[in-house]
Amino acid sequence: MTLPTPRTLAEKVWDDHVVRRADGEPDLLYIDLHLVHEVTSPQAFEGLRLTDRPVRRPDLTIATEDHNIPTLDIDKPIADPVSRAQVDALRANCAEFGVRLHSLGDVEQGIVHVVGPQLGLTQPGMTVVCGDSHTSTHGAFGALAFGIGTSEVEHVLATQTLPQAKPKTMAVTVNGQLPPGVTAKDLVLTLIAQETTGGGQGYVVEYRGETIETLSMEGRMTICNMSIEWGAKAGLIAPDETTLDYLHGRPHAPTGSDWDAAVAYWRTLVTDVDATFDREVVIDASAVTPFVTWGTNPGQGVPLGDSVPSPDDFDTDAERVAAERALEYMGLTAGTRMRDIAVDTVFVGSCTNGRIEDLRAAADIMRGRKVADSVRMLVVPGSARVRLQAEDEGLDIIFKEAGAEWRGAGCSMCLGMNPDQLTPGERSASTSNRNFEGRQGKGGRTHLVSPLVAAATAVTGRLTAPADVQAQV
Amino acid sequence: MDKFTSHTGTALPLRRSNVDTDQIIPAVYLKRITRSGFEDGLFAAWRNDPDFVLNQPQYDGASILIAGPDFGTGSSREHAVWALTNYGFKVVLSSRFGDIFRSNSGKAGLLTALVEQPVIDQLWSLVETDPSTEVTVDLENLVVKANSFSARFEIDDYTRWRLLEGLDDIGITLGHEGEIALYEARRAAFKPATQESAQQADIAGKPSVEAALSQPA
Repeated sequence: MTLPTPRTLAEKVWDDHVVRRADGEPDLLYIDLHLVHEVTSPQAFEGLRLTDRPVRRPDLTIATEDHNIPTLDIDKPIADPVSRAQVDALRANCAEFGVRLHSLGDVEQGIVHVVGPQLGLTQPGMTVVCGDSHTSTHGAFGALAFGIGTSEVEHVLATQTLPQAKPKTMAVTVNGQLPPGVTAKDLVLTLIAQETTGGGQGYVVEYRGETIETLSMEGRMTICNMSIEWGAKAGLIAPDETTLDYLHGRPHAPTGSDWDAAVAYWRTLVTDVDATFDREVVIDASAVTPFVTWGTNPGQGVPLGDSVPSPDDFDTDAERVAAERALEYMGLTAGTRMRDIAVDTVFVGSCTNGRIEDLRAAADIMRGRKVADSVRMLVVPGSARVRLQAEDEGLDIIFKEAGAEWRGAGCSMCLGMNPDQLTPGERSASTSNRNFEGRQGKGGRTHLVSPLVAAATAVTGRLTAPADVQAQV
Repeated sequence: MDKFTSHTGTALPLRRSNVDTDQIIPAVYLKRITRSGFEDGLFAAWRNDPDFVLNQPQYDGASILIAGPDFGTGSSREHAVWALTNYGFKVVLSSRFGDIFRSNSGKAGLLTALVEQPVIDQLWSLVETDPSTEVTVDLENLVVKANSFSARFEIDDYTRWRLLEGLDDIGITLGHEGEIALYEARRAAFKPATQESAQQADIAGKPSVEAALSQPA
């Protein structure tokens, strides 16, 4: 008898989904859950129609409206006719092909990556895809989850499978305790700055270590969500008691003997002791501080206590040129203290930081404080359920009394596809995931921050650590 | 998809790194529900600058984009590929591509040729010196050539084969229907479903999108 080869978590999930393996071909993987939204699906459904192909497994497919929808007047028809046509196309496509859709106004509507977990559809050991790069979020449950393009959306709709070249594996081990006021967001921004936007390219990353084990599911989702921002194919975390506690009793979680069978399987989803990774990175969580971006990609970040770097600080020509361009676009001068940067808008929301825990964290800072006169603050729950839960807890009152705007659920200002946009030259502190040029509106300048830094910044009008406002009681 | 064997054309030097898909096409241009008409959104923000390379007349008609490292990072939007192909690009050369962008390109008939940065530097220099320089990207032999300069490029074997043959991925996979059905038969019962019945929709019996769209809201 030969002993089984030790495998990583990612390899186990991969192997369990191979439909076909042949020399010279990528593995054909089965897809357990396909999430669909209005922006990356219309051409895929049109492709099915042109070839007279059905959706193979509508029962493994679910759709919601999130990217382009407004967060105000959500009970009225969408004002922008082009956005409305795109949403109408999704509604018609879902009706035609038998796909369940959670439309605007439905209690289960929201950002796809918030909806899947909250419904209990995202479970350990699954393969999850969506025509959205932040699908990596679902890796927090020990699922292999990655974003795909529209041609692949069509492929999954038609076949429930995807041909995939096997990625390399990487371990990111995080040890130590995050200091007070420092969150999963600060941790992942620190990691991305260290590794740069291409550092994870070609890898599936497993986040592990005592820091990761002590994070809530919300915090784990924030980390996995931003895997794509350093180029990784996917990010995942082994399921544990925290995962089981989160899942138990959710609408689509297994029950009775199915629950027991599922848990027995999920407990096998750990990296074997002798398994090896192609690359390993170790991070000391206790050294992480509130972290913010200064540039125009998520790797261009520094601790909030530092200053804007100079292009001369970088090693390669490409990085120096990129830094020069970024400083010019951001309207920043090297040497300026990050804490002295004034912002016009604070955005709390997105699939990175739009879950209930994020809203609670921001509300804790806002309680009894006011949004600075020079600042507008938007709070956009990740889903309609998150919004309702926040309202049950009175968080909406805290935000509104502070002078913030309390909105309906959706992607909103994360990508500025709906009316929630920055104007040219306007500067934001945003809990979202991308500070690309124009991402939040043409000419808009984005600083990526944690929900705690976002709230503290809203109070002072300048990039601010939570400890700085909490000290001024 | 049309077969891609070799392409010769003039080239556009894009001296920028980390060109994410939000730069290739901003989100506000993603609302079309067709695969065409995205050329207007290509590099939309940068095109406001008359000096931007795409606005320089000496590069009119270029069909090969020579880009800096980390081209196509970020969002999964395949619209970025469509914007490039709708505009007339057939090939992008870079020393590193975003994963999803590269995968999307292979599906949509855009060749993403991976070369070392010194090759990019050399091509930038040649093309900037003489914008009429013809560049050939030969997928059969994995070689990029311009004047007397030539270099190897990389692309995975499977994507290369599909591009050379002009094959439809879905058609290939549906050829493995038996294996998919076998896999489905052994899937664990505890795996979740989004709706109770697994009945597939009867396409013929359902209203078309056009009909649904023409109904008042």
